[in-house]
Amino acid sequence: MLEVRDIFKTYDNKPLLRGISFSVSKGETICLLGASGSGKSTLLRMIAGLELPESGHILFNKLDLAQTPPHARDFGLVFQDYGLFPHLNIFDNVAFGLKMRNVSINKINSRVAEMMDLVNLQGFETRKVTDLSGGEQQRVALARALAPQPRLLMFDEPLGALDKSLKEDLLNQLRAILHKTKIPAIYVTHDQEEAFTIADRILLLHDGKIIRDGTPDDVWKNPNFAWAARMLGMGNVIEGVVASGDKVKTEYGTFPLNCRHKHTKGENVSLLVQQSPSPEKSRVGDQGQEINFKVEDVLFNRDQFEIRGRGGLIFHLRDAPKIGQIIRVKVQVQCLA
Amino acid sequence: MRINFLNHRDPETLRKSILRAFASLWSSRLLIWSAPFLFLLLFFFRPLSKILMLAFNTTALTRANFQLILSTLSFTFYQASLSAILTFILGIPSAILFARFNFFGKPLLRALTAVPFMLPTVVVASSFNALLGTRGWFSFLFPLSASQTSTPIFHFLLILLAHVFYNTTIVIRIVGNALSRLDPKLEGAARSLGADSLRVWRHITLPLLRPSLFAAALLVFMFDFTSFGVILLLGGSNFSTLEVEIYLRVLKLPNLPLAALLSIIQLLFTLIFSILYTRIINQVATQTAPRFSTSRPPKPIREKIFVASFIILLSSFFFLPLVSLPLRSVTRLEADRGQRGEVQYGLTTDYYQELFINRRGSLFYVPPMQAAFNSLAYAGLTVLFSLGLGYPAAYALAKPTRLEKFLDPIIMLPLGASAVMLGLGFILSFGRALALPWFVPIAHTLVALPFVIRTLQPALASIPERLRQAAATLGASPFRVWQTVDFPILSRATLSAATFAFTVSLGEFGATLLLTRPEYPTIPIAIQRFLSQPGGLNYGQAMAMATLLMLLTTLAILVIEKLRLSDSGEF
Repeated sequence: MLEVRDIFKTYDNKPLLRGISFSVSKGETICLLGASGSGKSTLLRMIAGLELPESGHILFNKLDLAQTPPHARDFGLVFQDYGLFPHLNIFDNVAFGLKMRNVSINKINSRVAEMMDLVNLQGFETRKVTDLSGGEQQRVALARALAPQPRLLMFDEPLGALDKSLKEDLLNQLRAILHKTKIPAIYVTHDQEEAFTIADRILLLHDGKIIRDGTPDDVWKNPNFAWAARMLGMGNVIEGVVASGDKVKTEYGTFPLNCRHKHTKGENVSLLVQQSPSPEKSRVGDQGQEINFKVEDVLFNRDQFEIRGRGGLIFHLRDAPKIGQIIRVKVQVQCLA
Repeated sequence: MRINFLNHRDPETLRKSILRAFASLWSSRLLIWSAPFLFLLLFFFRPLSKILMLAFNTTALTRANFQLILSTLSFTFYQASLSAILTFILGIPSAILFARFNFFGKPLLRALTAVPFMLPTVVVASSFNALLGTRGWFSFLFPLSASQTSTPIFHFLLILLAHVFYNTTIVIRIVGNALSRLDPKLEGAARSLGADSLRVWRHITLPLLRPSLFAAALLVFMFDFTSFGVILLLGGSNFSTLEVEIYLRVLKLPNLPLAALLSIIQLLFTLIFSILYTRIINQVATQTAPRFSTSRPPKPIREKIFVASFIILLSSFFFLPLVSLPLRSVTRLEADRGQRGEVQYGLTTDYYQELFINRRGSLFYVPPMQAAFNSLAYAGLTVLFSLGLGYPAAYALAKPTRLEKFLDPIIMLPLGASAVMLGLGFILSFGRALALPWFVPIAHTLVALPFVIRTLQPALASIPERLRQAAATLGASPFRVWQTVDFPILSRATLSAATFAFTVSLGEFGATLLLTRPEYPTIPIAIQRFLSQPGGLNYGQAMAMATLLMLLTTLAILVIEKLRLSDSGEF
């Protein structure tokens, strides 16, 4: 349905987005995951028509939207700090999009009531925006965006300002609503937990490009990029040099290079070093390695100890070693491009 | 303290000691207040009571008077509404221009639009006279229009233009500030919900701007309603607003009871406007949010056309009057004494040289430079008086007790009274004593005092008591404490307040016109006299003096801007 082709955009004379392409199909929720300042919000604003790309195309149902002003695009947008109209009450906020479409009063009334039901805010119609809590305001923002039944929904860090338990609660509600309405959605966040919870497909945005595009499961199993592995907090990433015969030399020892990519001798590669799972979780065919390192710091962390070693390596152990002691840990090593 | 009380076993002694403590606090407060309060009692409330007494006299409340009041009032409302509407027509797009777009020379243009607000009325009136008046540039360059430039409708147009010139900056500041505080997300949200640009304005932007639009409208209307110098100097005797009518009924067609009644009506209206304004501006203040940097370079072609045309319009509207005055003061466009025959057009310094010469050798004629000297002397006295009275008041207000909460609005009350009304009050209260030259600076002090107090008070309140205590524990005597702690912090505020009082006095026109003796004119009075006399030489001298006054005031504005501690925002 939505297709984004080769979008370029600069900000303050620095390239922000360098050739972004992706598509969203019917009923699909995709999630753009990237650090703050990576241009995610700008991309959303361009799809909404509030900003113009320097080059590239945005198409909906194969129709180029370059000449379509934002109010004619029929895309809903939910902002991080809600953007509710402070001079209107809850009812008028939710009804705004319907009024702009010249919907009859009766239909507006029934549709708003339906929306208030959906976001569980029955009876809030005449309240003032400023009287609501953050979570309630966020639900009003969602109801407002949903009311005119847009062709596409966009969320710009919609839960960023909320505390953790409220966030999980709203995230589940949102997932249910998106499944029910079948409206294609783009969800932008820097929070990987949110991303993995809500997305049918995850797009990793880094350095102005989409470096990974896949299902949550796929992205988690094969991050493929050092930045992605770090961003997702998957384990330790170390640097090494390819030596002869499928081996990588690092400061922690030499490891076999089992990798789909082809590497030449002398090439720099990043490796993902993950602690081997406990024996009961291990599977047949796991290739175990061992790594030696000197303990620099020991932190108590609930039922285990967090051991920090040379170069910022982090492992978790049940027993606390002494600082300065050299220990061995079983690890799995995976190559990152 | 507690130990002290416990030592007084005898309840009678305890009661007495508490009373004594209170008495000393009150007596020190009363001592601080005595000078400013006596001043106001003598020079504001006594004159005000005289006006009130006269206004509700049977000689004032006649049918003819009421008819005149009604027609004057309706014309005052008419011209003020028309001026305010025109101000908004220019001001709203300008506010949008400054709030939404970035362009080359933006700070300069913004400053240019703000300059007129501080200029004395005689300077603005002279500037418009030099540009569009019968003897100005426009009539000289387009002689055909000369016959039209003397019609009443043209004078009325000049008045309206001068009001727009004065007050556009209010709209730009109040509405522009509100615009730049609007969250751009709201407009984005509205557009993505299907609102086109027009509906975004109607349903989002305008409703959110409503309080600031009302506040700006009220303030502009209030200034136009009480305008005096502009109407008198540009309208001739054709137009009388309340303010002009008061002046006429004091000096030209004496009817003091009528003048008193008019002043009371005028005071009533300004009080109503002020109360309304305070209410609305509080709403504006509660809406303050962080500023958003929504301004950007103009992008589509229609934005570029809008920005370019308004830059040209604003810069010419604000620049032309301001340059035509000094230019006219060094250019000869008509014969010096109205003689017929060849006129030597061209550049000249004659008008400035004439300022120093007493041509008529008459006893009653005062050379223009004498007027400048009077003005400077009055301004100096105004600075002394207003600082002398303002300091104690500001000290007390900086640490308010119940007494100060009661006195604060009373101190500010003179703001509501017009200058012409102050003049009338003085005439009614002091009669023959007015021959003394002291009363002009006293009237100027009444006008300047509220501003002086409002400048000093925040600076005084900003000094933490701990600094003084720290200095004292380090061995500083009370005088050394004042010298090393208070003075450095206060010197900027003091200088700023002094400059303000000085500028107010230099440009004050209304009260001076009523109070000044013929032999002690000030610069504005001299300009008014020169303007009303025939011949190129008189006109040229008016231009020259107005130019000097403009330079002096501009210099003072620059000093105040430099000294301003922080942007205190609204008016």
